[in-house]
Amino acid sequence: MASVPKIDVGSDYKEKYGFFVPEDFVFKAKRGLNPEIVKEISWMKKEPEWMTKMRLRSLEIFRKKPMPTWGADLSVIDFENIFYYLQATDKQSKTWEELPPDIKATYDRLGVPEAERKFLAGVSAQYESEVVYHSLQESLTKKGVIFTDTDSALRDHPELFKEYFGTVIPPADNKFAALNTAVWSGGSFIYVPKGVKVDIPLQAYFRINAENMGQFERTLIICDEGSFVHYIEGCTAPIYTTDSLHSAVVEIIVKKDARCRYTTIQNWSTNVFNLVTKRAMAYADATMEWVDGNLGSQITMKYPSVYLMEPGAKGDVLSVAFAGKGQHQDAGGKMIHVAPNTTSTITSKSISKGGGRTSYRGHIKIYPGANNCKSFVKCDALLLDDESRSDTYPYNDVDAENVTLGHEATVSKVSDEQLFYLMSRGIPRAEAETMIVNGFIEPFTKELPLEYAVELNRLIQLEMEGSVG
Amino acid sequence: MADFEIKDLRASVEGRQILKGVSLAIDKGEVHAVMGPNGSGKSTLSHTLMGHPGYTVDGGEVTFKGQNVLELEPDERARLGMFLALQYPVVVPGISMTNFLRTALNAKRGYDGKDKSKQISPKDFRSMLKSELEVLHMDDSFLPRYINDGFSGGEKKRAEILQMAMLKPEIAILDETDSGLDIDSIKFVADAVNRMRGPDLGILIITHYTRILEFIKPDFVHVLVDGKFVLSGGPEVADRLEKTGYAEWGKEEPAQPQEVTT
Repeated sequence: MASVPKIDVGSDYKEKYGFFVPEDFVFKAKRGLNPEIVKEISWMKKEPEWMTKMRLRSLEIFRKKPMPTWGADLSVIDFENIFYYLQATDKQSKTWEELPPDIKATYDRLGVPEAERKFLAGVSAQYESEVVYHSLQESLTKKGVIFTDTDSALRDHPELFKEYFGTVIPPADNKFAALNTAVWSGGSFIYVPKGVKVDIPLQAYFRINAENMGQFERTLIICDEGSFVHYIEGCTAPIYTTDSLHSAVVEIIVKKDARCRYTTIQNWSTNVFNLVTKRAMAYADATMEWVDGNLGSQITMKYPSVYLMEPGAKGDVLSVAFAGKGQHQDAGGKMIHVAPNTTSTITSKSISKGGGRTSYRGHIKIYPGANNCKSFVKCDALLLDDESRSDTYPYNDVDAENVTLGHEATVSKVSDEQLFYLMSRGIPRAEAETMIVNGFIEPFTKELPLEYAVELNRLIQLEMEGSVG
Repeated sequence: MADFEIKDLRASVEGRQILKGVSLAIDKGEVHAVMGPNGSGKSTLSHTLMGHPGYTVDGGEVTFKGQNVLELEPDERARLGMFLALQYPVVVPGISMTNFLRTALNAKRGYDGKDKSKQISPKDFRSMLKSELEVLHMDDSFLPRYINDGFSGGEKKRAEILQMAMLKPEIAILDETDSGLDIDSIKFVADAVNRMRGPDLGILIITHYTRILEFIKPDFVHVLVDGKFVLSGGPEVADRLEKTGYAEWGKEEPAQPQEVTT
């Protein structure tokens, strides 16, 4: 792993991520949710009629579906107190300099432009409801790669858009998918043409700035046959005393022989409800990899899934969750084996501290006829004290023959022996604990590009210092 | 007053007193050996000196550089210049030996994440590591591996000695570093320790068997039985034990291994 970075932890989350700039906007919808607001969003975006209708239909579905009661406690969310749409600036920039100064300052402070210069092939920055900055290396544009915000894609690539939008996660899939489809705004749209390999990652950065804001980005990625892309998303928000809601939908299609890796390092402030549906369809010999780091938020419910549609398809979920005081991370993964000779792995690592709660929730489904499938689930939980909690909810449905299904679960504590050993070499207790935690998630960290590994270790250090939340 | 002084140290494990008044003075440049049969309190002595949370001090004093060591956390003791080579080095997954060594070295130099001038540069660290490995005749194959993870018995002990060489303590306690090692590994470790031996380092070797003392010649030998020193003297004490074992103190245990395990 990358060496444990040292930072001045006196500047805690609030300093580094939790700051906010005074709200300035060109359009802000009224608080609450109703057909008028949905129509207004669609009208603002000058959308085709089919999308307006789809939004309204989705709103109906959202209203009819009951709140899920099987996971974290969501009864505290007040949907009428949320702002569903906020446009902070009326144009999208291609250079950081063109952005309104306060927004540019925000991204500078988060280090996004610097990261772009150093190691990214394309960057998308979403501020509140809209993508405000966008860039893609010219060489990729020439190869036919499309990387744009989802609203622009609806406008500029209507056929491609309509062919795939809502096909992986239809509005009726779950209550929050319906909500997202009703009020979605922003997100990334990626199309990688046949045989094109995007060697350098593309990144999107999602930032909520306003209070009681709802962010509902919608991401759609299509990897055509034999292609490859690595997409990274980062998310942060200021610390407010009242709640914000982040409810994204991510749909991915990975065609024959293609490979898609989707990496998330989310670090929401602890007033954010994070309820996200992420799903991919993987076709013949295709590979889908979810690398999912869940830090922050008050409640996260997120179970990236892969539908293994054709023989040879492979799905991986590698996730890390850190729950501190007052937080509940309900995360995991789903692997749906539709075709024979498909394989999947889910590796989940969770850390609970200061009374925080982590749950692993996973579903392995193997359909009749999907013979010769292999699936392996491993979940490891690390508890840092006696008040914290970790649970495992694995569900397996196997209706096929010759299936190999493995499940391993461990719960451990930071041992006195490990702490003593590190401390006996002069390493202070807090730093030794952080090292042990970073070591525990190393199987995750080593899958990240170096810069993100360093960032994640630093975030863990902040969490360990207890300065978050 | 000696550089490192233990006075009437008494300590318990899980409510049972194991050390019943141990006194010992070590000056830099000296090598002391503490020998004792099973259950005599050898591990309690080493762990209590380093501040392991499982051992309770019931009384006595330990002073080093004018400081009351018993009031310090293990990391503070280490930064003061103490080192304990463990009998059973602990596995810590996910952290490479290199990273561990660098972090420990930076901690020893007083780097707390703020004053970058105290941090060892990557270049200096590499050259220091390289030269220590050369001096110890060790290869670097285990450096990228996780701390003690999957290490053989011999590798673990070598790694302990490398840590000692990098951290340059002034008082080093070697807790049964010879146990479980074959004769070649013992020679290897002994050679390494002998190279570090010098006027700036006091060494306390804790062992059941005389064998390692054939290779690291002690200046003083102390026999620990039932939590107390029953005999102290020069290297001749080890020779005496080699012949008669611990029988004269009612412990029918030889002071030589009966069979060598690797």
